[in-house]
Amino acid sequence: MNVAVCMKQTPDTEAQIKISDDGTSIVQEGIKWIINPYDEFAIEEGLRLTEKHGGEVTLISLGPPSIEKTIREGLAMGAHKAIRIDAPAVPDDPMVTAKALAEVLKEESYDVILFGKQAIDDDHTQMASIVASILNLPAVTVVVELSIENGKGTAVREIEGGHEKVSFNLPVIISAQRGLNEPRYRSLKGIMAAKKKPIEVKSIALDEAQLVIETFSYPPPKKPGRIVGEGPDAVPELVKLLREEAKVI
Amino acid sequence: MSMVLVVSEIRNGELKKINHEVYTAARQLADQLNLSVATVLLGTNLESFTDVPSRFGVETLYLVEDPKLEKYSPDAYAAGIAEVIQQTSPAVVLMGASATGKDLMPRVAQKVGATLAQDVIQFRVENGDVLFTRPMFAGKVWADVKLTSRPQMATIRPKAIRPEEKPVEASVEKLSVSIPDPLAVVEEISTSGGGKLDVTEADIIVAGGRGMKGPENWHLIEELADVLGAAIGASRAVVDAGWRPHGEQVGQTGKTVSPTLYIACGISGAIQHLAGMLSSKYIVAINKDPDAPIFKVADYGIVGDVFEVLPRLTEEIKKLKSE
Repeated sequence: MNVAVCMKQTPDTEAQIKISDDGTSIVQEGIKWIINPYDEFAIEEGLRLTEKHGGEVTLISLGPPSIEKTIREGLAMGAHKAIRIDAPAVPDDPMVTAKALAEVLKEESYDVILFGKQAIDDDHTQMASIVASILNLPAVTVVVELSIENGKGTAVREIEGGHEKVSFNLPVIISAQRGLNEPRYRSLKGIMAAKKKPIEVKSIALDEAQLVIETFSYPPPKKPGRIVGEGPDAVPELVKLLREEAKVI
Repeated sequence: MSMVLVVSEIRNGELKKINHEVYTAARQLADQLNLSVATVLLGTNLESFTDVPSRFGVETLYLVEDPKLEKYSPDAYAAGIAEVIQQTSPAVVLMGASATGKDLMPRVAQKVGATLAQDVIQFRVENGDVLFTRPMFAGKVWADVKLTSRPQMATIRPKAIRPEEKPVEASVEKLSVSIPDPLAVVEEISTSGGGKLDVTEADIIVAGGRGMKGPENWHLIEELADVLGAAIGASRAVVDAGWRPHGEQVGQTGKTVSPTLYIACGISGAIQHLAGMLSSKYIVAINKDPDAPIFKVADYGIVGDVFEVLPRLTEEIKKLKSE
């Protein structure tokens, strides 16, 4: 089974995000970079599929040479090879990135193409759906259970207060949600092996962005917190405030 | 006159409530842009839904009925909506940023050659263009984005817009649209946890963290949630520990929520949790550590043991509700 996993390098979830002085970009210095957490579920699922059915996992990521460090972490999990689509930065417009990914995905025949359900930096939550539309493939997004046998499969996706069970034929595009699996740790052996695995660099002409970020801002500050009191004796006062001041109960 | 087109969401034979918010958003935008408001409904047996949109200012209803749309399929639905857009040339297209909206609209945007602004929380008109505000980094920053493609397309985050009724006379038009055979089909829908309310749809959320000490103590959270009619949320720590299902997780790697009232019980307030719930209108924190970061953002905090405070709070609210 030939599997591709599209992955992205993102800031660590604990990172403080700072806006540049001119308000048009995010300060990159001092950020610790990680594999987008949802992409780890995608990589893990890809590895499990190839362990069961044979075949290889190819990681695909778009960005400058500096993202290769994060790509190697995916290779250290066990992915077999990687492709980096060379670009000075990840475009603000998800459509531009999706088209470049689709170009590269078209060059091989993959049975399963996996994504994380969203990147925790730009939070677009679009990549899997757009690529599926370009390639005219079935897609199931926000998946927590996946089973594939004999060229077809079912996936369970999370919806508000429940789940949908979706059926499809291969090839398919899947976006991974937390709960799909438990990503493995990178072993020392895996980390050593990853250093020798190939990262092919491809150049794709990127379209002009149709989504333009005008300015970044911080959300309006919450007013400073207020302590109502200590222990259960403070409860009547809290209930009174919720009832009479906030008017929410 | 061109229009703002809303893609209505119907699931399990129900016109979802989030549509009310999106119709209201569309009405607000249309009034500023001097446009009309229309909506498209896709599925089968749509006649029963036609009285609702006009209550929120929707003037035109387009119905697309086809047996292939009986069950949700992102590819078949996207093809149908893209054709409706081509037939009706709206200036703006909106849908709710629900599980369905977020799955479907990127495909529609691709089909019509546009880019979508996903999960928008507010918008304004500048020089005839719409500027959409969407949170990034789970709400640590907001971005104002402009779309240069047409139509301008966005999904609107649940609970971001307060629905406002504005009854109008609506016309209903059936559109003839060719629907391709679906590639991925929803076979069945199941509700989890006895059909309990999802955190993204709830007005009130009671959330528990590591301070709850173990899953066996969650009845305290459930009892409070029950008297308030609230949804149950959880911090990443307790989901990672396997105490609660990941569907309840609030935060940067969980769900982003904006309820009217968020009650954090035994949650310290790590930055990745705060990112997911900071847009709640009122935040209540109960924690025994007075230095917990959650108190910095709590409108009302009680420093104390959750095992003492929670039962008392449940009891007091019960009392209030019975008055």
